[in-house]
Amino acid sequence: MIESSAMSETLCAETIRITGYGADEIEAYAARPAGDGPRGGVVVIHHMPGYDRATKEIARRFAELGYDAICPNLYWREAPGAAPDDAAATARAKGGVPDERLVGDVGGAAAHLRSLPSSNGKIGVIGYCSGGRQSVLAACNLDLDAAVDCYGAFVVGTPPEGFPLQVSNLVGQLPNLRAPLLGLFGNEDSHPSPEQVDELDQILDDEGKPHEFHRYDGAGHAFFAVDRPSYRVAAANDGWERISTFFSTYLGG
Amino acid sequence: MCTYATVKVAIEGSAKGPGGGWFHVTDGTVYFDHPVHAMAEHTLNIDFTDPSKGPSARVAVELTAASARELVAAIQAALASAPEETRTPAATGSRERR
Repeated sequence: MIESSAMSETLCAETIRITGYGADEIEAYAARPAGDGPRGGVVVIHHMPGYDRATKEIARRFAELGYDAICPNLYWREAPGAAPDDAAATARAKGGVPDERLVGDVGGAAAHLRSLPSSNGKIGVIGYCSGGRQSVLAACNLDLDAAVDCYGAFVVGTPPEGFPLQVSNLVGQLPNLRAPLLGLFGNEDSHPSPEQVDELDQILDDEGKPHEFHRYDGAGHAFFAVDRPSYRVAAANDGWERISTFFSTYLGG
Repeated sequence: MCTYATVKVAIEGSAKGPGGGWFHVTDGTVYFDHPVHAMAEHTLNIDFTDPSKGPSARVAVELTAASARELVAAIQAALASAPEETRTPAATGSRERR
């Protein structure tokens, strides 16, 4: 890991409430470094298995890297106060998180970060798994300064039909992408497949959208997930360095 | 991968847990995706739930694909041994894919 002068070993992490889509009050996990700033902010979008311990660890890592970080609980409406796995199961059974709601919740999280006295006004977004797609979705619909897609499926490609979890690809929205995009992918992943990553790369080239993709051999889906068999230490370590450099470039100052 | 693929079925029965208590289950959700606990990258997951009792009224299982297929075969075998009069749709509960 490349250490930056902003790294902080003293931080505060807590559960808070923020205003999300439709002016709804939702739960969020906030992790902030000590000190006055100014500094950038990072919205962490949790993976489909939910607002869990591993995702909160990621939020704390961004605080340690020197950012105000916040992870909205995307399943709060369906399952307030429930265990993360029960909440994820409930949300899945009810059809998942609608795109419009996701954009509103991430927008609310970004607004919260910008309102902090420590904010320098710059906000990045990062998501894993389904959150990778949602990170791109947010960056196509909100004013953000940087976006990171960690192996999000169905940014391109054809989602399955006939299931309660309705999801569409984002090809039609990519011309509206308004933040530089860092993409991190495993070459052994099938969702997204290497061919789909190629397709996304080409679309962004054609649209003139700044982006930086890194792909890892020997890694499949969820290689950042330290508590799962999919964890790949080399890919994850390099990925964290890429994220650190990317956010330092676009959220610093 | 995130498959997003989810199959729901209305069920009629009971399940045990959490907390060791039995409860009525009305819904089954079946999907092949990341497990929470099983040591496999993907598993066949089944949630037996009663949504009217909240998110925690759930019995969850995560099975490897091979063991899920074996379970399906075992269920079919057990049902095949049941008396003929129990094999009508009305006796097995309503099913739907939503």
